[in-house]
Amino acid sequence: MRKKFASKTWLSTVALWGSAALLVALLPIAFRSGFMLTLLSEIGIMVIFALSYNMLLGQTGLLSFGHAVYFGLGGFITMHALNFVNDGVLPLPLELLPVVGGLGGLIFGIVFGYVSTRRAGTPFALISLGIGELIAASSLMLPSFFGGEQGISGDRMAEITLTPFGFGQKIEVYYLIAFWMLASAGLMYLLTQTPLGRVANAVRDNPERASFVGYNAHIVRTIQCSLAAFFAGIAGGLFAISYEIVTSEIVGAIPSGNVLMMTYIGGTGFFFGPILGAILITLMELMLAHVTHAWVLYYGLMFIAMILWVPGGMASLIMMHKPLIKGRVMGGVLKAYAVMAGPVIILFMGCMSLIEILYHLSLSIKPEDPMSLFGIEFYVQSLAPWVISLALTIGGFLLFLKNRQVVSRAWQSAANQIKQKESAS
Amino acid sequence: MKGNDMVEYIVFSLLNGLLYGMLLFMLSSGLTLIFSMMGVLNFAHASFYMLGAYFAFQISAWVGFWPALIVAPLLIGVLGALVERFGLRTVHKYGHVAELLFTVGLAFLIEEAVILIWGRNAMDYRVPELLDVPLLTLWATDFSMYRGFMLLVAVCMFVALFLVLTRTRIGLIIQAALTHPQGVSTLGHNVPAVFMLVFGGGCALAGMAGVIGGNYFLTDPGMARMLGPIVFVVVVVGGMGSLTGAFVASLLLGTIQTFAVGLEVSLTDLFALFGASPDFESGILKDLFRIQISHTGPILPYVFMVLMLIFRPKGLMGTRET
Amino acid sequence: MTQAALELIDIHKSFGKTKIINGVDLSVQNGERHAIIGPNGAGKSTLFNLISGFYEVSSGQIRLRGQAITNRTPHQINRLGLSRSFQVTNIFPRMSVFENIRCALLWPLKYKYSFWHHCGSRKRLNQQTDALLEKINMADRRNIAAGELAYAEQRALEIGITIAGGADVVLLDEPTAGMSHSETDRAVELIRSVTENKTLVVVEHDMSVVFNLADRISVLVYGEIIASDTPDNIRNNRQVQEAYLGEEVA
Repeated sequence: MRKKFASKTWLSTVALWGSAALLVALLPIAFRSGFMLTLLSEIGIMVIFALSYNMLLGQTGLLSFGHAVYFGLGGFITMHALNFVNDGVLPLPLELLPVVGGLGGLIFGIVFGYVSTRRAGTPFALISLGIGELIAASSLMLPSFFGGEQGISGDRMAEITLTPFGFGQKIEVYYLIAFWMLASAGLMYLLTQTPLGRVANAVRDNPERASFVGYNAHIVRTIQCSLAAFFAGIAGGLFAISYEIVTSEIVGAIPSGNVLMMTYIGGTGFFFGPILGAILITLMELMLAHVTHAWVLYYGLMFIAMILWVPGGMASLIMMHKPLIKGRVMGGVLKAYAVMAGPVIILFMGCMSLIEILYHLSLSIKPEDPMSLFGIEFYVQSLAPWVISLALTIGGFLLFLKNRQVVSRAWQSAANQIKQKESAS
Repeated sequence: MKGNDMVEYIVFSLLNGLLYGMLLFMLSSGLTLIFSMMGVLNFAHASFYMLGAYFAFQISAWVGFWPALIVAPLLIGVLGALVERFGLRTVHKYGHVAELLFTVGLAFLIEEAVILIWGRNAMDYRVPELLDVPLLTLWATDFSMYRGFMLLVAVCMFVALFLVLTRTRIGLIIQAALTHPQGVSTLGHNVPAVFMLVFGGGCALAGMAGVIGGNYFLTDPGMARMLGPIVFVVVVVGGMGSLTGAFVASLLLGTIQTFAVGLEVSLTDLFALFGASPDFESGILKDLFRIQISHTGPILPYVFMVLMLIFRPKGLMGTRET
Repeated sequence: MTQAALELIDIHKSFGKTKIINGVDLSVQNGERHAIIGPNGAGKSTLFNLISGFYEVSSGQIRLRGQAITNRTPHQINRLGLSRSFQVTNIFPRMSVFENIRCALLWPLKYKYSFWHHCGSRKRLNQQTDALLEKINMADRRNIAAGELAYAEQRALEIGITIAGGADVVLLDEPTAGMSHSETDRAVELIRSVTENKTLVVVEHDMSVVFNLADRISVLVYGEIIASDTPDNIRNNRQVQEAYLGEEVA
C-alpha cells in the first residue's frame, strides 16, 4: 500500500518537472522577438537567483541583505574565465562556464557563511549587509578584478563549445540559460529532500531544539549558505555570458534588495514561490519600465502589501485554495471574487491615475506637455483628470468597503461545506 | 604635510568629525531607543532623516527656516507614530523578520514618494542667511556660525534626551526596556502606547537631524540610502541597547571617517618612505597597494561593523546581543 | 563499582550576583528512574540546562558515564547519548509530526550533514520513524503540522523527539505540565514504556506521577539538594515535609 503511494507521488513529480522542461523548451517558438528572448533569458537567470535566495530565507530562516555578493562575484569570475578561454589559457567549453561562477560563489559562501552564521536573525542580517557594502565599495578600489567604472566585458562567442551552437544568437543563449535553470532548480529541489535540507528547516523552526537532537546549527547554516552561494554564482555566470559585460552594480545593494523582495512577494513557504516572484517582478521590470516611471512605486507598494496582509506571498495565496479545489467548493468563492473585482479595478485605476499624474508633474521636463494614460491623452493642468482620478479612487474605495464581506462570507460557507462533507463520509 | 598644515588639518578634521559625529548620534540615538524597546531595527530610520530635510525645505520655502525647525520634526514624529500604529503593529505578530522587512519596504516607499513629490534632483535647501556667517576663522578657513548652531542643537537635544530619560516616569520605563524589554510589559505599563511614543520620538529625532543637516549637506533622494547603513554601524559598534555606546561610536566613527578622507596615503607611499618600491605587474596585489586611505573612507564603517559582529556582538558597551 | 550514568559534582551556578545552584551533588545509576522535585524557582530547569549544555556552570563537574561533559555544547552532549525535553513545548512547528520525529533520527542514524541522500527513499529511517510514531500513539496524526496539534499531543511529540535518537540518558522537564488527570495517566504510561532500560531523570510537580514513576527522589530547595532517597523515605522526611510537601501527600 505504501509503495503504491510513493510511486504515485514520484510519477506526479516527474510529470510536473517534465512538463516544465517541455514548456521552457517550447516557449521561444511562441515568442520569437528579440525583446521576448531577452525577457525570457532574464527570467531564467532570476529564477535561479531567487531560488538560491530562498534556500537561505525560506528554508533556513536566514534573512540576507547581501546575497548579490555571490551573484556578482560569480559573474565576475565567469567573465574573467571567459576571457581566459578566449585567450587560449583555459580549455573549458562555454557551456560549463556558469559552473566556474558557481564554484567561485561556493568558495565565498563558505568563507562569508562561516563567519556570519553563528547567530541568525538580526546579527546575521547586519553582517550580510556589512559584507555586501564592503564588497560593493571595494569594487572601485580593485580595478583589475572589477574593472573600475566600465566593468569587465567579454565575448560570449567562445572558442570552445560542447554543442555546435555559436552563442551569438539570443535564442542559443536562452537555451543555455534554460538548461542551467532546469538543472539548478531540480538540484535545489532535491536538496530540500535530503537530511541537510530537513535539518535546515529544523534549524529555521527551532535552532535550540535542533541542537538538542545532535545538530550544530552553525554548521548547518554554513553549508546551506555555501550551497546557496553556489547557485547564485551560477546565476551570475549566466548573467555575464548573456550580457557580455559585468559592472560593480551587480554585487551591490540594489540586486540584493531586489532578490529579497521578489522572493518574498513570490512566497517563501513553498518551493515554487520564488519562481513565481522572479517571473512576476522581471515581467514588471522589463515591461512596465518603458511605460511608466511609477513601476518602482508599484513594486514597493506590492511588497509592503504582501508583508502586511499576505506574509506567505503569492504562493500561499494560491495554495490557500487547494482544499477548496479538492473539496470541489470553489464555485462560491470564485463568484465572490468576481463581485469584488469591479470595485478593486476601479480603485486601482483611480490610484494609478493619481500616481501617474503626480509623477508626470514632478519628473517630466515639461509638465505642461500632455501625458497619456490608458490611451487617452490629457493635460495635467486641467481639472478633469484630477476630478476623475479622485472620483475613481474614492468611489472604488467605498464600493470595496461595502462589498468586502462578500469574500469572507464565501470562504466561510465553503469551509462549512467541506466540514459537512467530511462528517458525512 | 608641513607642520602648520598638519595642525590645521587635525583641528579642522576634529571639528568636522565632531559635527558629523553629533549628526550620527542624533540619528543613532533614535534608532537605539526603537531597537532596544521594540526589538525592531528600523531600516527606514534614515528615510525619516530624509523626510525631515525635505519637509524643512518645503516649510522654509513657504514660511522660513525657524518655523520649519519646530514644525518639521513634529510632523515627522506624528508620521512615525502613525507608521507604528498602523504598520508595525500589524506586522508584529508575524515576528521580527517580518518587522524588519516592513521597515525595508517602508524605506523603499519613502524614497519613491520623495521622488514622486519633489523629483530626482537635489533641492536648494539653504542655510538661513542669519547663520551663514563665519563664527571663527582659523588659519585661512572659516568655521561658519551655522556649524556652531548645529553643534548647539545637537547638544541641546542630547541634554533634553538625558533629562527625559532620567527624570521623567516615561523615561525610566524606557530605560528599563533598554535592557529588559519583557519585564516592562509584565509590569503592566501601557506598552502599545509607549511603543508608539518611542517610535514617533525616535523618528522625530531623525527628522530633526534632517532639518539641520539637510541644508548643510545635500538634500536629494539618495541621502537615506547613503547614511542608512552607517547609522546601523554606529548602533552595532556602540552596542545594541546602549545610548552611551551610540554616543561614543558616533563620535569615533565620525572622526575616523573625516580624518581618513583627507589622507591620500597608500601602502606604496608607505613603502616608499622606507626606500622600497614593490613592483607588481598587474592584478589585485597592485591594486591593493595603490589604495589610498582616503579611498577607504566609505568602507571603514563596514569593516568595523563586520568585525564587531563576528568577534563581539555586544558592541563596545552593549548589554544585549539581539 | 559500576559507573553512574550521570554524575553532578559540586555544581555551582550564578547569574551575575544571583546564586541559583549552590553546591549540588547528584548521582544517578544506570537504568534508574530518578525524580527531582522542589518548589518553584529552586533551580530545577537551571540544573537541566546545565547538564544539557545550554548554560555553562560557574564551577563543578558533570559526568556522563564517567566522561566529562561540563560546559560542552548541547549538540556534543546529545551525540554522547543524553537527551532532554523542555518545560515549554519545544518542537518544530512548521514541520509535520512525521518530519519532527524523523529529524531526531537523522544524526543517530549517521546521516550527518549529508546533502546527497534522499530522505524519502531511506527505508530504515522511515520505518524507524513510523515505529516511533506508533509507540507514542501519534501515527494517525502523521502529516499534521506540529504547530497545529493539541497541547497534550504536542507534549507527547516532545517526548517522542526526545527519545527518538535512542539516547540512554533521558531528561524530562515537567512532562505532564498542564495536563488533565487522564492525559497525565496516559503520559506516565508512555514515559514508562519508552524509558524501559534507559536512565531517566524527571522534574515534576505532580506528586502522584513522582511517586508512581520514581525509584529515587531528590529534593531541590534554593539551589541545594536537601534530601535524596527512596520515595518512602522522602515521604517521611521532616525537612522535606516542611520545605515542600506539606502535611499531606497526594
